[in-house]
Amino acid sequence: MKKKDVQQGTLTLMVLKTLDVLGPLHGYGIARRIEQISGELLSVNQGTLYPVLLRLEQEGAIASEWGESENNRRARFYRLKHAGEKLLKAERKEWEQTAAIIARFFEVKAEDL
Amino acid sequence: MRALRRFFARLLGAMNIFRGDEDERLREEMESHIAAQAEDSIRYGMTAEEAHRRARMKMGPIEAVRESYHAEKGLPFVEVVLRDVRYAFRVLRKSPAFTVVAIVTLMLGIGANVVVFSVLNAILLHPLEVSEPQHLYQVRHKAWMTGRLLTTSYPAFEDLRRRNTTFSAMAGIYGYSHAKLNWHNLALSIAGDEVTGEYFDLLGVQPQVGRFFHAADERGPNSAPYVVLSDALWRSAFHADPAIVGAVVDLNKHPFTVVGVTQARFHGTEQFVWPDYWVPMMNQEQMEGWDSLHNRTSVSVTAIGRLKPGVTPQQATDNLNAIVSELAKEYPDTDEGQPLRLIHPGLIGDEGDVIRGFLWSVTALALLVLAAACANLSSLFAARTADRSRELALRVALGSSRRRMAGQLLTEAGLVSIMGGVAGLGGAYLLLSALNRWHPLVESHLVANMDVRVYLAGLAFTLVSGLLFGLLPARQAMRSSPLQSLKSAPTDQLHVGRFAMRDILLGVQIAICTLLVTSSFIAVRGMVRALHVPLGFKPRGAMLVGMELGESGDLMREKQKSIIDAALSIPGVDAVGAVNRTPFTGGLHGIPIFRPGNTDFKLNNAALAPYVFQMTPGYLEAANTKLLSGRDVSWQDAANTPYVAVVNQTFAQKMWGDTPAIGQHFILSAHVTEVVGVVEDGKYHDLEESPQPVVYQPFAQSDGGEAIFVVRSDRAANEMTAALERTLSGIAPNVPIGVESWADSLDGELLPARAATAALGAMGLLAAMLAVTGIFGMAAYSVSKRMKELGIRVALGARKVDVMSAAVGRPIFLLGVGSVAGLLAGVFAARLLGQIVYQANPRDPLVVGGAVLTMAVLGVAAAAIPARRALAVDPSKLMREE
Repeated sequence: MKKKDVQQGTLTLMVLKTLDVLGPLHGYGIARRIEQISGELLSVNQGTLYPVLLRLEQEGAIASEWGESENNRRARFYRLKHAGEKLLKAERKEWEQTAAIIARFFEVKAEDL
Repeated sequence: MRALRRFFARLLGAMNIFRGDEDERLREEMESHIAAQAEDSIRYGMTAEEAHRRARMKMGPIEAVRESYHAEKGLPFVEVVLRDVRYAFRVLRKSPAFTVVAIVTLMLGIGANVVVFSVLNAILLHPLEVSEPQHLYQVRHKAWMTGRLLTTSYPAFEDLRRRNTTFSAMAGIYGYSHAKLNWHNLALSIAGDEVTGEYFDLLGVQPQVGRFFHAADERGPNSAPYVVLSDALWRSAFHADPAIVGAVVDLNKHPFTVVGVTQARFHGTEQFVWPDYWVPMMNQEQMEGWDSLHNRTSVSVTAIGRLKPGVTPQQATDNLNAIVSELAKEYPDTDEGQPLRLIHPGLIGDEGDVIRGFLWSVTALALLVLAAACANLSSLFAARTADRSRELALRVALGSSRRRMAGQLLTEAGLVSIMGGVAGLGGAYLLLSALNRWHPLVESHLVANMDVRVYLAGLAFTLVSGLLFGLLPARQAMRSSPLQSLKSAPTDQLHVGRFAMRDILLGVQIAICTLLVTSSFIAVRGMVRALHVPLGFKPRGAMLVGMELGESGDLMREKQKSIIDAALSIPGVDAVGAVNRTPFTGGLHGIPIFRPGNTDFKLNNAALAPYVFQMTPGYLEAANTKLLSGRDVSWQDAANTPYVAVVNQTFAQKMWGDTPAIGQHFILSAHVTEVVGVVEDGKYHDLEESPQPVVYQPFAQSDGGEAIFVVRSDRAANEMTAALERTLSGIAPNVPIGVESWADSLDGELLPARAATAALGAMGLLAAMLAVTGIFGMAAYSVSKRMKELGIRVALGARKVDVMSAAVGRPIFLLGVGSVAGLLAGVFAARLLGQIVYQANPRDPLVVGGAVLTMAVLGVAAAAIPARRALAVDPSKLMREE
């Protein structure tokens, strides 16, 4: 089966949640975790991941610094900041709302209306 | 808040582009990402090499990642523009020949437009320095019988001024006033305006020092001996001393009180003639030795007026004409009821229409040059883009967006156009500063400076031309397909499409160029004709001596005779004579003459209205005006002997047909005058005039007045100047003597024709250059593109003719089509050209032939090098390439 690319707009949420759960991570780590959590159904495109990381950093949601990876390799580690936690909450609420609305559309039957 | 924070971060990021480390972070991220991915794969048992390859493949197109990363990082627009500019610089530096050609082409096109626009700006877009110039009008006659500026008699002007209901004020001007100024040791010959008291109030100007004179200062003839100085005269003669106000100076030996000085920017109501002084017309008798204040037949006033608010020029014209017909009824003996009309003053009366027409036409031609230059550059750029299609396709394939490609090409075009525009403005600046120092232009106060408006126009020319020639290649890049381009040869279909656009551009360019070349041929022909028009006198080898003798009557005549005798005694002088004014110096107007027996001297009964000159014996010889029959006037012809005159052929022909004119009579100024001589025709007022009747009468039998001495000699002008000044200052001490060569003094008259020829010639030359580069570029490009095909043709045994026609057939065909279109446009533009040049005739076979020949020669010359290259193809060598 062909892997799906991450849907536009949802990557931000996934990145924030991953950092929230797993703590500081480097870019490759974030991509791998997202793919794993999705049960290898999603594929994260680097061309969209790094720009999203950059934007979140510019907005002050996350911070980054160079560090040592598990294999003693130099990598840039990203961690969630306080503003990021707030952003995550807001995004999560929004997403749940959207999902609930969509779910109601699927459950609707002719006689309900 | 978040957005703001992000903006600053991006601004900081945009700055990084100048430090060149913008890619550093991304590069490291990418490396660490790929390394981590590869390690994972190796852990699952893949070989290191394979793992790295897979990791890179998964990464996708680096170019695309980079672009979207950058879009987040800095301010994308600014960054993209900066990057494009840097890249464009690199690309342009790599092909210097192309860049230089493009910049020079644009420099010429934009420079020509800036120069033309500056002149237009100086003459047409700057109104007179008076308040509300748009409501200021000059009254003109509809009919033929007056000179360029003078409109009406003084009494009739007063009637118009008092009776009209449409002007808030009217003023009269006599603009041909000359004076000898004496003050302590100062003696100067100056020229100015005699004006009525309303003049300064009507114009709404303020003095710089002192005051102006007003209507209230006038209480009858010679009651207002006041003079207002121009700023220039005040500075040059009185060292800008404010204390001069109140001083009494002598003008033509009459005391005048200096009351004020005008502002430096005020120069009266004519743009090309700046008065040195203004005196009240009331004191005309003191200034001129005569006055026309009570004479209804002497047309000596130029009337100007300011319309009342809400009154249209048409209403004012009707109002004036109603008064004019009233006057004709009240004064049937003198007033003719000639209808009047209104024009804007400033450009020598009706010459304004000609000057305006000329300038707008030249502007149109200059814009055409720029259009041709843009067409040229557009096809050059398009050809280059086609050559770079592989580079562009590669970049698209690597993930660069097509919009970026188009933006890149537009940036290159913009960069070239900005450099061309800057060079053009620089060139125009140099040319204009040189022109502004050129003598005839300084004389006529025509100063074309670069002001804000000119710079803005230059910027507009630059941007518009950049867009014009940048859009085509950009469109081409937007539509190109990378796959096709990468597969070596582009498909035929695409090719044809592109060539069609380029063909049209080249055709348009050649048509415009032919039109311009035709125009310059017409101008040159007109100039040659103008220079060969029989003038009726020979300026070369003659000197003009101006001396204000300030005498009158017999005393004046004796002085003139002694000066002529003294000048004749100078070795090398062949002939000397004096005349009241030389041809082409303005102020001429027809004076009515009547057939003998006529007693009712009304204008309607006049037989002719010839120009009348007063001269001394010897003038005709000194001017080299040929006496066809009869005799010159002599010193014996005086006020108490029968009145005599010399007339020209046109006069004789119009009065008496084929009957010999000698011995015939006519009435001039109420004197029965006998024709004693007939001279050849000439030009008197301007070069364009039709043959005019002319009467020369002896000074002794006229009102007299000042004269200009004409001295003919074979000696060099500077020698003669010195000798004349030495000799004549002995005869008339304390009289300023002005000596100049007659030929030099005529420069001004030929100036419009010369300027037109120079302007059109320069544009024709530019057009010719553009045509050459355009055809050459097209031919060279098509030959280089088709080398392989030509090689195959030669290998298959094509004859030279076939190769030639395949190689340069299309440009030559376009040359023919474009030339025909241009020639046709030239014929239709005949009226436009007629305004510019003297005797323009686009159907002139010499002009048409010359234009066709020029275009053919240019075309062949431009196509020759590519054609030779095509003929020299070596198939064996070519086939082995690629």
